[in-house]
Amino acid sequence: MTPLLSAPGEKMAAVQDAPMELDSEKETKPEILSDGTSNLSGNTASGTLSSPPLTAGGAPKQEDQQTLIAVLQFLRRNKLTESVDILRREACLEDQEDSQTLDGSGGGKGDGDGGDANSLLSRVSIASAAAPQSTLTPIPVKNDQPDVSVVLSAYSQQGDPSLYQVYYTGLKNFIESVLDCHRAELSQLFYPLFVHMYLELVYNNHETKAKAFFEKFSGDQECYYQDDLQILCGLTKKEHLKGNEALLDFRTSRFVLRISRDSYQLLKRHLQERHNNQIWNIIQEHLYIDIFDGMPRSKSQIDSMSGSFAGETRREVNKAKVFYGLLKEPEIEVPLDDEDDEAENEEGKPKKKKTKKDSMGSKSKKQDPNAPQQNRIPLPELKDSDKLDKIMYMKESTKRIRLGPENLPSICFYSFLNAYQGLTAVDFTDDSSLLAGGFADSTVRVWSATPKKLRKVKSAAELNLIDKESDDVLERIMDEKTASESKNLYGHSGPVYGVSFSPDRNYLLSSSEDGTVRLWSLQTFTCLVGYKGHNYPVWDTHFSPFGYYFVSGGHDRVARLWATDHYQPLRIFAGHLADVTCTRFHPNSNYVVTGSTDRTIRLWDVLNGNCVRFFTGHKGPIHSLAFSPNGKFLASGSTDGRVLLWDIGHGLMIGELKGHTDTIYALKFSRDGEILASGSMDNTVRLWDSMKAFDDMETDDFTAATGHIPLPDNSQELLLGMYHSKSTPVTHLHFTRRNLLLAAGAYNSQ
Amino acid sequence: MAEERRQKLCSVILPTESMKAIAESVGVGSLQEESCLALSEEVSYRIKEIAQDALKFMHHGKRRKLTTGDIDHALKLKNVEPLYGFQSQEFIPFRFASGGGRELHFYEEKEVDLSDIINTPLPRVPLDVSLKVPKEQQKTDSTEPLKAVKPGQEEEGSIQTKGQGASSAEVKGKEKMRMKPRSTHELSVEQQLYYKEITEACVGSCEAKRAEALQSIATDPGLYQMLPRFSTFISEGVRVNVVQNNLALLIYLMRMVKALMDNPTLYLEKYLHELIPAVVTCIVSKQLCLRPDVDNHWALRDFAARLMAQSCKTFSTTTNNIQSRITKTFTKALLDDKTQWTTRYGCIAGLAELGHDVIKTLIIPRLSVEGARIKAVMDGPVVSNIDKIGADHVQSLLLKHCACVVAKTRPLPDMVDQYKADYGYLGTMLCSHVVKARAQAAFQAQTVNRTTLTITQPRPTLSMSQSGLSASSGSRTPNIIKVPSSLTLMSTRPGTPTQPSPPATKYIVMATSAGAASTQQVITLSSSQSGSSVTSTVPSNPTSLQPLVKLESGTTGAVSGSRPLQKYIVVSLPSSSSSLENKGSGVLPSSTSPISMESAVKLERSESPAANIQSPH
Repeated sequence: MTPLLSAPGEKMAAVQDAPMELDSEKETKPEILSDGTSNLSGNTASGTLSSPPLTAGGAPKQEDQQTLIAVLQFLRRNKLTESVDILRREACLEDQEDSQTLDGSGGGKGDGDGGDANSLLSRVSIASAAAPQSTLTPIPVKNDQPDVSVVLSAYSQQGDPSLYQVYYTGLKNFIESVLDCHRAELSQLFYPLFVHMYLELVYNNHETKAKAFFEKFSGDQECYYQDDLQILCGLTKKEHLKGNEALLDFRTSRFVLRISRDSYQLLKRHLQERHNNQIWNIIQEHLYIDIFDGMPRSKSQIDSMSGSFAGETRREVNKAKVFYGLLKEPEIEVPLDDEDDEAENEEGKPKKKKTKKDSMGSKSKKQDPNAPQQNRIPLPELKDSDKLDKIMYMKESTKRIRLGPENLPSICFYSFLNAYQGLTAVDFTDDSSLLAGGFADSTVRVWSATPKKLRKVKSAAELNLIDKESDDVLERIMDEKTASESKNLYGHSGPVYGVSFSPDRNYLLSSSEDGTVRLWSLQTFTCLVGYKGHNYPVWDTHFSPFGYYFVSGGHDRVARLWATDHYQPLRIFAGHLADVTCTRFHPNSNYVVTGSTDRTIRLWDVLNGNCVRFFTGHKGPIHSLAFSPNGKFLASGSTDGRVLLWDIGHGLMIGELKGHTDTIYALKFSRDGEILASGSMDNTVRLWDSMKAFDDMETDDFTAATGHIPLPDNSQELLLGMYHSKSTPVTHLHFTRRNLLLAAGAYNSQ
Repeated sequence: MAEERRQKLCSVILPTESMKAIAESVGVGSLQEESCLALSEEVSYRIKEIAQDALKFMHHGKRRKLTTGDIDHALKLKNVEPLYGFQSQEFIPFRFASGGGRELHFYEEKEVDLSDIINTPLPRVPLDVSLKVPKEQQKTDSTEPLKAVKPGQEEEGSIQTKGQGASSAEVKGKEKMRMKPRSTHELSVEQQLYYKEITEACVGSCEAKRAEALQSIATDPGLYQMLPRFSTFISEGVRVNVVQNNLALLIYLMRMVKALMDNPTLYLEKYLHELIPAVVTCIVSKQLCLRPDVDNHWALRDFAARLMAQSCKTFSTTTNNIQSRITKTFTKALLDDKTQWTTRYGCIAGLAELGHDVIKTLIIPRLSVEGARIKAVMDGPVVSNIDKIGADHVQSLLLKHCACVVAKTRPLPDMVDQYKADYGYLGTMLCSHVVKARAQAAFQAQTVNRTTLTITQPRPTLSMSQSGLSASSGSRTPNIIKVPSSLTLMSTRPGTPTQPSPPATKYIVMATSAGAASTQQVITLSSSQSGSSVTSTVPSNPTSLQPLVKLESGTTGAVSGSRPLQKYIVVSLPSSSSSLENKGSGVLPSSTSPISMESAVKLERSESPAANIQSPH
């Protein structure tokens, strides 16, 4: 589910600030119109309109349900119980509505909800009647397909366009004249105001004025909005607006600003003194100002968090509890050798962090308080082969090299030669025995990274002939004739943008431009399933660490959770405003993280589909994500060449690693989380002291209330090593179980 | 932030003329201005949209370049058919044309003849994707713990890089392409002058200057900075002069090579790639002079062959394999039936200089074949004189080199018939040569105890002059033996080689031991094997104590006379130890210091293998 489910909560918070500012609206509308309402309506429309892939894909439409809830509430108030029942049955809405009712608990709940519904409907009807603001009586129409104009209608009744430049200049002068400490905060207003004013001008067909406005003020915007400005500058006609999803999103999702109370008061006073209703209206309609008590933030603090398509994170969004701890490892009777056993115990003691290995070694270990219930989501049972693999893993772990600033890993680079720029994705199995590459020519190739060759299982007819009772039956089923170092998998009809091995090494997932995710068997080297649903290019896919589940994300701006034995997705994570570019499972498999072109990162709960964390701060599309092995931290890399570190539990950015000069396509933590390796298009692998970054953080006091902490600028101290390849961009990084770092990329001869 | 603004954003719009042109191309004749404007705005906007989408595909394709494929995919997103057939070899496939006040960019689509495409051979199949892993690291991965594998290296690398960020641990694995900084070897003004003087002297007409220059090259320390230039000078010089058949210059250049090799402070290994081809060219080239029938290019071949042998000895290693490569080259040419006599001579000479083993394994088995070939020329119908001379030279060369080897390897008795059976046409002559060689060996064995010798400059050199006969030598104080070319010594037929063709007469200068008499003896002895008239030259310096044998031209005689020491160019040491003994006996009384003599003998001894090869006789 989207953050919409938590909308009531936000609304309540906003209402507290809002009442006195609503006078103008109150006069024109019969019901109380709160901030939350318009937000809701906006989101509703965005869900149905601005994401055609969703409707096309036939996937559950969360936003539609939101509309339905509003309709239901209206019906209920009008005592149309039969209709209520029918509608509810048809739409299967019970769960959502209940949850929402729960969330919205508190005084004035009914009123609030009712107000929501009515105002929403009034909006819808206004639009459909093409008589803005004039219809007072809501018409109980179930409007399934509201027009785009609904979304844009809010722009239609604004003031004199010729004065926009004056307004904007006035605000600019004011902000430039305030005290330094407030200036940085208030400067955040420039960009959203600029965009909205420009769009209003465009919407109202003041083309030349829009152009003049753009030319005059586009230079004032922060450089990290460059990409958006480029889109904006091309857009000069009302018709263009209709097709442009990105800007519809911008319009419908309220841009979030975080401003200290002092600065906010300053702004409010100024606007009221000047009777600058134009700007005030925009702020109320399209912006969400998250006010906090305390010191105004500095310029650098603001810069570190801003940059996303929709402003910053609202503090409330990241308040939900996240069970980031690891699951308890199943207890396996391990026929350990004595020496292994000892090594295990020795290893276990000095560890600060709870790792998988430790939990296996000492059975008395308690459940991590931050870990989710073992059966919070159903996980596949362990098979015998899995247990064997776990034993192997433990044995390997005892031989693991302990990394640190003094003890950096060796890097082994797998270069793809003659790939003709076609290598688009790489993955290693956890035990580093297999390597898969996705190519632009639609093929997937699997290599054996060990001397052991890849063999297919024999054909059915031949399998009938073998002795099933023999001990080495697993060996006998393999066809020796097919042994080779690599196998090609054909089936996709477009570039393969993501590959992921299942943890048991029996399956391989690949996602492609052709809109499908395919599941391949590594026993027969054939395609088993093609998962259709995205319909647009699927940028990434990733297997759950326990197998069975996997997640995919694509151009249709949603991430989907699948199970290998279902041909339809189990969950759809919608909320990103642009393409979902990369997806990763949390080590405990209860959460999924997605990065997007809208420059935000979202953490989703697999259980209920909620977005539980929302991170902003990147200045470019996010192309790589990695969880620390203990599940507490997240690292993300983007086209801006920066790696950001996040504390999942507190929902905070805790570090920024600068140094790369190009897109970061690969991120990986070492097996015990001491080192973070990042690989980039700039042909380098860099190693960072993640332990230090995290430790520094933990010693600080969390100013969790404000939702931001001072970030130390210590990239140079944290950088432990930088390794150039000659002309090979790094596409993937992987730590072997013994902490040897493997890197992969295609050699680029030009 | 606002100040650090980049290039100004502006919305570029296609010109309306383009719209008109495009409309015309699809058959819409008159398009109103307003429509054009509306269209161009719309088109511009859509193009930008598509470009933005295409960028996404580029990013996900992990590339830095936008491809036509990305555009196609972006079009597909919008449900638009991709543009087919837009693959182009060129970066910008558009052509430009102007005229009638309009400028057009168009995509040239040529008519393609299908049969052409069908009939053209298929291009090479591109190489398949492959995975490259550094081997030693693969091992690491599978077996041992990482640290054990490369302990020092890794740490060192990474810690260094923290500061500099330049070198890379990865480098040692995959891409080991560290470029050495290119160093420039600049010459000082003095060095430049020296170089100019030396090279001019070496190829100039003044023999005295040349001798001086060569002496300088052979002895001066500190020439290494000029070595690359010398080496290039020689190789270029040979290249040019072979084409022009300028024998004199070739000889000068070879003498330069010799001098360079003699300089103990120079190490030529790095320049062999230039020098060896030059030397080999002088050995085997089909034609080295303008008049092959009269000019004595054989001497040059011999000399170059000796140089070659010397460099093989000095520089051949298991890695560069010079000797075996050279041997292969010679053998290949030798085995070829079409090889000309000149080249054949060069090959045999080159091989023979490489030592007895080479002669035994590569030349002796060929004797009968070569013999037959020589016989065909000698006894056959009248052929060109050149062929005859060539065959003649080859024959004497073969006999000379094979005789001593055969003498050593073949058991007694020497039966002519037996030889004939074994070696064919050459058998008879070979037999007599062998007999002589054995006799000499026996003689040598008797006198072995008396060995003392002082040789001051055991350097084989080649000297040539333009004209004149040996007569002038008598006037000079240092006594010099003048010998007509070494080939004359060898030749059985007095006619051809000794023919004095005044402008081209060359004299080979040979160094022998101090005792002039004994030297003469040596020469006579060796030449007597071939029964030539060499003895006539011998008496010219009966009292010579000079350890040099020199051959001088008449014209340069005066000059050389005035500066005797520089004149002496040591040609070679006697080849066989027997001659050594002879000389030794002659020298003994004249030597003043027994110690020096002893040391000299040692010197001689230690160098004797080399001398054997280098000596012409």
